[in-house]
Amino acid sequence: MDWYPLYNSLRIAAVSSVIVFFAGIFAAYYVAKLNRLAKGALDVLLTLPMVLPPTVVGYFLLLFLGNRRPLGAWFLERFGVGLVMNWYSAVFSAVAVAFPLMYRTARGAFESFDETLAYAGQTLGLSNVYIFWRVRLPACRQGILAGAVLAFARALGEYGATSMVAGYTPGRTATIATTVYQLWRTDNEALAFRWVMVNMAISAAVLLAVNMLEQNNRAGKEKRG
Amino acid sequence: MSLYVDVEKTLGAFRLSVRFQAGNEVFGILGASGCGKSMTLKTIAGIEKPDRGRIVLDDQVLFDAEKGIDLAPQKRQVGLLFQNYALFPNMTVEKNLLAGARASKEPRDQAKARVADMMDRFYLTGLEKHRPHQLSGGQQQRAALARILLTRPRLLMLDEPFCALDGYLSWKLELELMDLLKDFGCTALFVSHKRDEIYRLCQRACVMDGGISTPAMAVKTMFEEPGTLAVCRLSGCKNYSSVQPVHPACKDGGEEDRWVYASDWGTRLNCGRKAPPNTAYIGVRSHDIHVCLKGEEENGENVIPCRIIRVVEDLYHMVVMAVPLSAAGKSGSSQIRLEMPKERWNAYISHNKAEEGEEIRLRIAPRDILLLKR
Repeated sequence: MDWYPLYNSLRIAAVSSVIVFFAGIFAAYYVAKLNRLAKGALDVLLTLPMVLPPTVVGYFLLLFLGNRRPLGAWFLERFGVGLVMNWYSAVFSAVAVAFPLMYRTARGAFESFDETLAYAGQTLGLSNVYIFWRVRLPACRQGILAGAVLAFARALGEYGATSMVAGYTPGRTATIATTVYQLWRTDNEALAFRWVMVNMAISAAVLLAVNMLEQNNRAGKEKRG
Repeated sequence: MSLYVDVEKTLGAFRLSVRFQAGNEVFGILGASGCGKSMTLKTIAGIEKPDRGRIVLDDQVLFDAEKGIDLAPQKRQVGLLFQNYALFPNMTVEKNLLAGARASKEPRDQAKARVADMMDRFYLTGLEKHRPHQLSGGQQQRAALARILLTRPRLLMLDEPFCALDGYLSWKLELELMDLLKDFGCTALFVSHKRDEIYRLCQRACVMDGGISTPAMAVKTMFEEPGTLAVCRLSGCKNYSSVQPVHPACKDGGEEDRWVYASDWGTRLNCGRKAPPNTAYIGVRSHDIHVCLKGEEENGENVIPCRIIRVVEDLYHMVVMAVPLSAAGKSGSSQIRLEMPKERWNAYISHNKAEEGEEIRLRIAPRDILLLKR
């Protein structure tokens, strides 16, 4: 059994999770500070990829990244490689669909943060950067970690947009999700089943992690209450 | 060492307008909840930005709307103890205190030594590795205060510090805080809705009523001669009546200008002193109104015949609600509330009927009548 799809899937999920983690946190932090109108508008825009069919997200990505589209063409000319049909192309699609999960969970966590803690930090002379990393983030840790795990799981399972942006090339852009489809399509049910089991194992582990985080969170709150 | 505050801020329908000056003292701000006390402290700390005005601490301008000066909270060196103490829940007690020492940018071992010293002073030794939620309310408050003092603030602001504590503990901490404030040696602002706390801890104070501060005065004066209706009300006085001079024509001399007509109670009262022309109300504290026992000058001056509305037994005294017979209606403002020791009430009921609806004669000594401006 060729393990490349597993390696490729984990690599894509890991890279996009890191990107989504920071982008989601900062978007959540700054959107929460905006006025109501701007907040509402940005909120819709940033959450949209979660509710759109992944193929629609893929369509929009190709609109920008395709080899004959402005950004893609410029990149191809400048670096000699295209933004689509490569393993890292799947990072774009995974980021696009996983971002809203991180953004929304982080925003929920930030909204329940007791702002007096930040004020107290400021009057103690602590810098805003210190307060963000050492007080605000740790206080919202459970929610943010849960968001990160969900985003990782979503990035790992991404199929629709990925198949449009990265396609399926064995040993190059194949992921678990696209491999299962290809194997099924080519009547290789036994191998497809193996990949399904691999995917199930990973997803179960992820959900278990989310549950454990939530339980910790609840226990912590009860102790504090 | 002084603090000058003159700020205004509008937030929706709420208008904050605060003006006071405090020296090297414990300065109190007394006000009901929601009157803008906490917001005042936040403007001084730099967390809330006033619309206009000026804040000066020790000759340093912290805020000046006209000159466009608005120092960041980090640059103000102002300590603010929040109602819920705001200890960082993710850090141990020691880390919390180290965060306070961090601002001085001293070497780490020096900061650690200062923290250890402070832990000792605030009876926190042994709790270094505890999280805030594992501490009692009193320990949390001490930790928060220690954390603030480690920043070496030039001004200490305490926002309802005893609000979250139960009675016995709050008394103990109040005594501790008294000692601490004595040693602090800089300006301290103490905010509370409890008049007795202000009375015990502060030298001077102002009252906030609906976002507006009244001129500062000595705490003793505030309770003896509150001067205005708002101050009088917050100082705990329960009985008011609007007044009219009995003889407006009679400006001075004679006995007559010592009398006022209490229109809510429908009776004339001798104040024992000349009422200033801008006197709009009188106030009388509950324990300054007395029942007339048999044989006690029942028909003397300042005796008001009333009807009993309710008798409530309190922990240490009796509370009687009555309405003057001469009062126009039974509206709330004409009701009189008096408090007396239980023995005196027992002496009264041994000779008188004291059911609801019975008559009762009340007496007010002239010196106990507080003359109030609008």
